[in-house]
Amino acid sequence: MADGAGAVSTYGGVALRRPGELGAVRRFLRRRSTIGFLMALPLIVLIGGLVVYPAFYAIYLSMLNKRMTQFIWFDNFTFLIGRQTFQLVVFQSCLFAISAVVLKAFLGFVLAHLMHNIPGTRQKIWRGLLLVPWVIPLALSTLTWWWLFDPSYSAFNWLLNAFGFQSIPFLGTGWNARIAVIAVNVWFGTPFFMIMYLAALKSVPEQLYEAAAIDGAGAIQKLFFVTLPMMRNIIAITVLFSLIVTFADFDIVRLLTAGGPQDMTHLFATYAFSMGIQSGNVPLGASVSLFMFPLLAVAAFFVLRGVTKRAREMAA
Amino acid sequence: MSGAAIAGAAPRARHSSMERQRRWALWGSYAALSVFVVIFLVPPFYMIMTSLKSSAEISAQAGNPWIAHSPTLENFIYLITYPNFQMYFFNSVWVTVLVVIISMTIAIMAAFSMTRLGFWGSSTLATGVFLTYLIPASLLFIPLFQVIGAIGLINNIWCLVLLYPTLAVPFCTWIMIGYFGSIPRELDEAALIDGAGYLQILWRIFIPVAMPGIIAATIFAFTASWGAFLYPLAYLYTGDQLPLTVGIVSDLIRGDVFQWGKIMAACVMAAAPPVVIYAFLMDYYIAGLTAGATKG
Repeated sequence: MADGAGAVSTYGGVALRRPGELGAVRRFLRRRSTIGFLMALPLIVLIGGLVVYPAFYAIYLSMLNKRMTQFIWFDNFTFLIGRQTFQLVVFQSCLFAISAVVLKAFLGFVLAHLMHNIPGTRQKIWRGLLLVPWVIPLALSTLTWWWLFDPSYSAFNWLLNAFGFQSIPFLGTGWNARIAVIAVNVWFGTPFFMIMYLAALKSVPEQLYEAAAIDGAGAIQKLFFVTLPMMRNIIAITVLFSLIVTFADFDIVRLLTAGGPQDMTHLFATYAFSMGIQSGNVPLGASVSLFMFPLLAVAAFFVLRGVTKRAREMAA
Repeated sequence: MSGAAIAGAAPRARHSSMERQRRWALWGSYAALSVFVVIFLVPPFYMIMTSLKSSAEISAQAGNPWIAHSPTLENFIYLITYPNFQMYFFNSVWVTVLVVIISMTIAIMAAFSMTRLGFWGSSTLATGVFLTYLIPASLLFIPLFQVIGAIGLINNIWCLVLLYPTLAVPFCTWIMIGYFGSIPRELDEAALIDGAGYLQILWRIFIPVAMPGIIAATIFAFTASWGAFLYPLAYLYTGDQLPLTVGIVSDLIRGDVFQWGKIMAACVMAAAPPVVIYAFLMDYYIAGLTAGATKG
């Protein structure tokens, strides 16, 4: 590039200079996009090889028989649908994801509002304390919950007994275990919602509230006509994102109940693990986890739409 | 005169009533938040308390389990001198360091390329990267089991170095696109005119200017690979290959109740690095957390 410019200037002619410069610009552009492609190449290889390829490979795998010697089309899927344990898994995954996300969204919303009332530096301390569940690696905090729920040593039961109540077998019966699993997920995920909503609350201009107050709006009217419309997009993104993550959750159930009692807490991820890795039926495991795909695809579509809409709002 | 006094008093009364209301709201918020803080901190508190108890104290079940009656550091001393635990910790550390370096390099280069250089399909790629962030590990671990098997990395800790970047890179790239996109174009145009190459622009301008974003993304990559549980559980099974999360679960849980002091001490030590980083870099941590929705 520099050589070309030098050559042109030695000829000195103004007329000669233009086409030479144009060629240099074109070469320059070509180089620019080549460099761009090369710099993005590691990402493309990584995502292509270890995310996109396995995702399609899963579809192929799910249509093989157990020994992976024969192509059996959709037999794995029809087998699963007819199986009662799998019907439980579908029900539990939906119950788990929906109730946990609703609770997290509600508690996060309440916490964000409480936090918003607290001024400046103190807010930072409170926020810091409330975010701790999100910071501890989930596998480790789930171990602690397991110990808290231990059938004979439960510290919760000690408290219950101290107040004159009977001990509860937290992980012993199906519904208790389901509630316990949801509770742990809510404990872990609420801080995330709080942080997201707090960031959204801070971005609502104060003038809107003042204008609403002048018009005689009460606290509830301000909430419904100012706060919620302004936060709508963030609420949607956060809920959908959390729905995906919660729906695909593995750590909590795996450690807390390992799917039991009587498969009454299995989720898609843990059931796929026990089928595909532990029982060694890779195709069946792949088909179990593929059942997550439709819901994930729908949620991902809306998240993406929300994010691009928000990006446009931010740009405007 | 008395009329003037009344007229003056009325607004003041309303003002103070509003102030009182606000003060009530503040105290109410503090009270409610305290309840939440107590509930949220129960598990970490109990984790620390149990880690300070001896096996004898746990098995005796005498008195209040929420307090360590005769606190001891024996669990921590046992673990620090326990070769397996040292190995798990060391494994976690070197895997995480490598993964963070690899992920950040890939993410920074890709984000720079997509925001500034551009090539055919680069904006589609940016959207695609965000989409892959939404594909959970639990959808991919079974086909990846076959892939890892084909490469011959089953029960080899290097498979984590290969796989963990897929957990971190999409979101890190997304954060970096947001930060790089907010750098004014005049800055790099000026540098281009001065004769700087693209790598120089990235190194001398973009990386220093976007440092807060880089720190936030690094923290994310660190926490993602430090706490990952599914991949090591699925692909690794002998002790010398395990990182902390799975090592604690498979080594210390042997159906023996009285190990709980050691398990909790191990959890305290394994949770310490992310918590310490969080304590010192909270603002960056939160910036990274909210970046998905507020940036880009």
